[in-house]
Amino acid sequence: MLAFLLTLGALLGVVIALAYAERKVAAFMQDRMGPTEAGPQGSLQAVADVLKLLQKEDIVPAAADKKLFKLAPILIFAAVFAGFAVIPFSPDLIPAGIGIGVFYLLAIISLDVVGLLMAGWGSNNKYAMLGAMRSVAQIVSYEIPAGLAILSVVMVCQSLDFQEISYQQGALMNQFPGLEYEMNWLFGIEALGINTTTIGGITTWNIFRAPILLVAFVIYFIASLAESNRAPFDIPEAESELVAGFHVEYSGFRFAILFLAEYSMMVLVSLVAVILFLGSWNTPLPNIGPVALAYWTSGTPGELSSIGWGIFWLLSKTFILLFLQLQLRWTYPRLRVDQLMHLCWKVLTPVALAVVLIAGIWRLLMI
Amino acid sequence: MLFYLFAILAILSAAYVVLTRNLLYAGFSLLITLLSIAGIYVLLFADFIAVTQLMVYVGGVLVLILFGIMLSSRVHNKSVLSESVNKVWGTLVAGLLLVGLSYAILKANIASLPWLQNTEIEVLGNQKSTVQSIGIKLMTDFVLPFELASLLLLIALMGAAYVATEKQNA
Repeated sequence: MLAFLLTLGALLGVVIALAYAERKVAAFMQDRMGPTEAGPQGSLQAVADVLKLLQKEDIVPAAADKKLFKLAPILIFAAVFAGFAVIPFSPDLIPAGIGIGVFYLLAIISLDVVGLLMAGWGSNNKYAMLGAMRSVAQIVSYEIPAGLAILSVVMVCQSLDFQEISYQQGALMNQFPGLEYEMNWLFGIEALGINTTTIGGITTWNIFRAPILLVAFVIYFIASLAESNRAPFDIPEAESELVAGFHVEYSGFRFAILFLAEYSMMVLVSLVAVILFLGSWNTPLPNIGPVALAYWTSGTPGELSSIGWGIFWLLSKTFILLFLQLQLRWTYPRLRVDQLMHLCWKVLTPVALAVVLIAGIWRLLMI
Repeated sequence: MLFYLFAILAILSAAYVVLTRNLLYAGFSLLITLLSIAGIYVLLFADFIAVTQLMVYVGGVLVLILFGIMLSSRVHNKSVLSESVNKVWGTLVAGLLLVGLSYAILKANIASLPWLQNTEIEVLGNQKSTVQSIGIKLMTDFVLPFELASLLLLIALMGAAYVATEKQNA
């Protein structure tokens, strides 16, 4: 229960910061000022927006399917929020440390799709329906390259447990029960003979442990943009064609929930990318001889210091990826539907299949 | 306690799937049925099966069903309702099935099965999940059915691609 409240609170904070960042980054890239009135540098703008949404009238269209219309935002947010249950925030802080966390996350996110269909249908509106259809088609298609990219990580790490994958990517690896005698080698090749187990830092991140995972990371990142309906894959919400997509009929608190779910999805996919590819809560600084930077900046597991450092590194890396998402939105134009499907099925999926094969071979070099 | 919650949810929602005349509501109610059954799997220490159930049935099959209903209903501007036919025969067959199954379950005397009495309460032991043993079994004892299933799926995929291709020569 405590984990539930803490995660919800932290999520609300991150989403509000993100909504503000979105406006400021957009303004910066378009040579505008962005919000300036509410608070210093407009920093209270996002809070003011939330307050405004909460005060608005709750409108349910007369022709809508009322039960489905009201249920859909709850289902969508519940599906996204359930994904946070398996995210490790520090060496010993994880809401639910189940052994098949990665698989669970992939499955629970697909619940989101049912909620989108419910919202689109319940609104009884052409644009909402079209938006939901596009969104679902896009999410279902891009789950395949994303899933394959995650599978290549699972093949290298030999685990479906987020916490075990996290421990493998740092100097603290041997402290995880079951990994006491594991070794990390530079680029994962034992034949090179450079043992990085105690060096840690960036040299043991998955993208360095097995450099092929760098390709998997790019594939996952592109697919995750599509899964959270971000530009350049935002055809489900294309303003110029569909007004706003599946949430066109929603207002007030229900819209706030949908908005929250959408931004939570961005945060969730970035967190997963960081955990699987960019060293999770591990520090990027390696131990260099007597200068034990990695130990200094990761704390002792079980103490407050490790929780602080873990959350700090995890969130910093996540915010870098989120910033990249915002930046991409204002850099690339929206794809057409056929380009979207071409990219997914004819480019990303074959490349991802090849990456899975190479990752399997790489694993053989690592032992 | 949790088991009864999930069981009641599963039975009620499944009954709704059968009894409602609105196809779309039946589809969404099926979601609750599938979720409660996944919950029951978790209570049986079958975490992998539970998540696979979510992945395959909720993420795949159910979405396909909902898509099908949404694209095909409201053809002439009114929603399609399912009709009930063969009421007498349907009830009779379902009732007989229920009687047969109940008889078999009561006759089996499950509580006295030898493997059930020898099993310890800590089913998983030191393992964190069932994935490892399932993987080893699939690659050793059950490799033939596993490969056959993948072959079947490949054939289905090729068939779907062929059906969906536009015939340019015809």
